[in-house]
Amino acid sequence: MRGIAGRRKRYVTVISSTDEEGAVTPLVIVWGDGRRFEIDRVLDRRQAHSLKTGGTGIRYTVRVSGQATYLWYEGPRWFVEAKETVMPD
Amino acid sequence: MGDRRVILHCDMNSFYASVEQAEHPELRGKPVIVGGREETRHGIVLTASYEAKRRGVKTAQAIWQARLACPDAIVVPPHFLLYMRYSDLARQIYYQYTDLVEAFGLDECWLDLTHSLHLHGGDALLVAREISERMRTELGVTISVGISWNKIFAKFGSDHDKPNGLMEVTPENACTVVWPAPAGDLLYVGPATKRKLARMGIYTIGDLACADEYAIKRTLGKMGQVVQRFARGLDDSPVRPLTVEEWENERPIKSVGNGITVPFDVEDERTARQVIWLMGESVAQRLRAHGLAARTVSAYGRDFKTLVTRGRQTTLDRPTQLTAEVCHAAADLLVHDWDFAHGEKVRSIGVRASNLVPAHHVVQLDLWGDEARRQQLLQLDRTMDDLRHRFGNDCVRRLSELTDARLSTLNPERDNVIHPVSFFA
Repeated sequence: MRGIAGRRKRYVTVISSTDEEGAVTPLVIVWGDGRRFEIDRVLDRRQAHSLKTGGTGIRYTVRVSGQATYLWYEGPRWFVEAKETVMPD
Repeated sequence: MGDRRVILHCDMNSFYASVEQAEHPELRGKPVIVGGREETRHGIVLTASYEAKRRGVKTAQAIWQARLACPDAIVVPPHFLLYMRYSDLARQIYYQYTDLVEAFGLDECWLDLTHSLHLHGGDALLVAREISERMRTELGVTISVGISWNKIFAKFGSDHDKPNGLMEVTPENACTVVWPAPAGDLLYVGPATKRKLARMGIYTIGDLACADEYAIKRTLGKMGQVVQRFARGLDDSPVRPLTVEEWENERPIKSVGNGITVPFDVEDERTARQVIWLMGESVAQRLRAHGLAARTVSAYGRDFKTLVTRGRQTTLDRPTQLTAEVCHAAADLLVHDWDFAHGEKVRSIGVRASNLVPAHHVVQLDLWGDEARRQQLLQLDRTMDDLRHRFGNDCVRRLSELTDARLSTLNPERDNVIHPVSFFA
């Protein structure tokens, strides 16, 4: 059975823009293997704790390929709750 | 609440352990101990999670003792920068309710909401619940909140409902809530004061509040009057909007000290002097950084077997901030006090400089002293301070640190960042 075994805190490269007021908007998440995930839209932004992987920071709820997911800014790094998959037997 | 002040005391529960659990979900619900490294003999419990406390682990216990009480405890080393970050994030939340936030250590804060409560609905209990909930969702840690009209009873409230508690102490319920509690639960009633009070037949905070003022003053002096005012709810000290860092800069420094538990037993005079130099150098460095000079130098050691600490102090001819003078004085005190030739061994060594004066104070020079030599030494010290400031503390080291491998691993805490704070300015 293939599935999600758990989540793990994974730091990622993020390309972002900072406007003249200092507001930061994440634009692209770059995965370790070079894959790029464009962020369609930022849906929410708030200080929050990550229950699944631990840690705290400014949590951006972002839409990537139609799916809502979380991206944390821990200052000065970004992290996501990366899925740990189980390979089929 | 009418004209009364509205003061909240927010205390982050088992702070270090809670932060570790917030950062590492796999530790949640498990007995966690944050403690020093056992192999370097710094193995004491700094903080234990509630799961460990329930099994009998106590703060400041040796880790081996804690393991006896709780064999499956998970011991993690402290991460002070992480705790400072969480402390800072917590204060950011408090600042959204009032600008009058006074830090009391990393994990505790007083908030004066008297003039801002109406902006947040006007109900202190609701605000306290909201802050508590925000701490849980935004930082992943729990806090206990005490609400009262003075700082002392607010702290009492947060101390008495842990973890994740909320207690309001009002003039109406103080006699039934605060007064029956043991006198030792009051801020600044420590074990010694508690013993003295017990000898007078004073066991509870209520006993202390109702006791004869003259008798209290005679037995406990000025501090007796202060704690009696605390017990009567008459503390009117304001919430000073100071952060931990501002405390460091604003409060007058009374002494500068540094001590270390050595990973091996010091059993000869030469090693003792070397360790003293390592400690004394950082003490003198901090004196210079604060523009202070010390008239009194003390040195203490802790016996390897009995763990009894004993020390001596000496008053210098004139105030000094020179590394050489502080270290020579301290080393002479220590080797005079400990009989290494007859098998005495020392486990911990410390140096303290007190009786401080501003370094620029005019002093009577010694006609026969070598002032030129002192100025050279001061110049050397300042050059080393400057190098350390620019290139890090390890860029200049004593020869003894390099030649004795055991000493090279000692961290004389030149970088120490977390100091205890006092309630009194």
